[in-house]
Amino acid sequence: MAQAVQDKIIEIIAEQAVLDPSEVSTDMTIEELGLDSLGLVEAVFAIEEHFEINVPFNANDPAASEFDITSVKSMITAVQDLIKVQNG
Amino acid sequence: MKRVVITGQGTINALGNDVVSTISAMSKGHCAISDMDFPNIDRLSIKIGAQVKGFDPKDHFERQQLGLYDRFTQFAVIAAREAIAQSGLIFDGELAETSGVVLGTAGGGLQTQDENYRTVYEDGKNRVHPFVVPRLMNNAAVSHVSMAHNLKGPSFTVSTACASSNHAMGQAFNLVRSGAAPVMVTGGSESMLCFGGIKAWEGLRVMSHDGCRPFCATRNGMVQGEGGAVFVFEELEHARARGAIILAEVAGFAMSSDAGDIVMPSVGGARRAIAGALKDAGLNPDDVGYVNAHGTGTAANDKTETAAIKEAFGDHATSLMVSSTKSMHGHLIGGTGAVELLACIAALKDGMIAPTIGYQKADANCDLDIVPNEARHKKIDVAISNAFAFGGLNAVIALRSV
Repeated sequence: MAQAVQDKIIEIIAEQAVLDPSEVSTDMTIEELGLDSLGLVEAVFAIEEHFEINVPFNANDPAASEFDITSVKSMITAVQDLIKVQNG
Repeated sequence: MKRVVITGQGTINALGNDVVSTISAMSKGHCAISDMDFPNIDRLSIKIGAQVKGFDPKDHFERQQLGLYDRFTQFAVIAAREAIAQSGLIFDGELAETSGVVLGTAGGGLQTQDENYRTVYEDGKNRVHPFVVPRLMNNAAVSHVSMAHNLKGPSFTVSTACASSNHAMGQAFNLVRSGAAPVMVTGGSESMLCFGGIKAWEGLRVMSHDGCRPFCATRNGMVQGEGGAVFVFEELEHARARGAIILAEVAGFAMSSDAGDIVMPSVGGARRAIAGALKDAGLNPDDVGYVNAHGTGTAANDKTETAAIKEAFGDHATSLMVSSTKSMHGHLIGGTGAVELLACIAALKDGMIAPTIGYQKADANCDLDIVPNEARHKKIDVAISNAFAFGGLNAVIALRSV
């Protein structure tokens, strides 16, 4: 389950960053991935659609959002927590 | 005042995916109106239109662009690419900072609205794609053309229903003529052929079930089309200095408002716009060889437009060639004036007068030479293009051969 969530998130992020999933490692940051603001918003949308969750992300000030987008790893952890809380 | 010439043209519409194929189709009197294909067409009573077919956006755009471009933006960007490539212009430095984009559209990103209303209302979903707003906004096409070609000067969208493109091109013309911009990229696009778009038009009961027959006694309404056309308007000396090929001169432009009815046209408003464009261009009525009519195929427009042409041209009205190319490419609403300007340029440049096809029977209220059914070949020096919008907003543009 955890691995499947991680793989899917990496796949979504890779698509937005125009990278192959194999080029995305969990310790990479948004900057390192080269994701712009629209790409990030689209990735959040894809995550919401796929996992049927609501992601508390505010594009006005991403850093202030509850959703931690510091790195691929922090996003995976946050999504796993959201799945646990929202989909029980 | 500066003189303004056209140094590039581009299009995608139901007749063709570029200028050459479009003009060839017009010269053959080809009809692009047929059964439409999109979701829920079975719930529409109007099933015909001039759809752009054989067009896969993936052949033209990257994934990132596809996410951001509504169909009306796709049409504008494709047409602009062709026009700017033909002009040979590359926008950098001061030229980039002073040149801009003015495009017309009536519905803007209507496809995006239609799809996403379906998502939230019909499918009951509670989330839409994050780019709905930047896709649907009426200025999206202008903005993407400006970004694609580094146009950093005056840019905006004009929305005046069926006159949008003519109003837009008039603004571009005046920006170049006044010296405010050396080059303006201008025209318009439209994409309303979707369930919600046609359903709304059905309500007005002005759509034909069986074809667009402008000025014909058997006409029974308009037929919608989609697509766009874009032109490069350039200051004459700027174009000459770089040895550009000049397609035609934009000689004059005028606008008028009926201040009468929200849907019915008026003879006076149309006449004032036509006469105004001739005056602005310093032309006499008998200088004009061809009129690309608004010619929607509705009972009211064609009768009113005939009367307006007679008033504006006097005795010369009977020796004028007047055609409505909507009979072939449908009514592109906010993009229509742009596609119709292609016919005016072909008339001036190649002497090809595009026909009014589908003509069956004379109407005493529309007794002009409407170039019925077959294209004519005749050299002319001046052509004008009429656009009369719902809401009584009229815009007429005059072109002269160079």
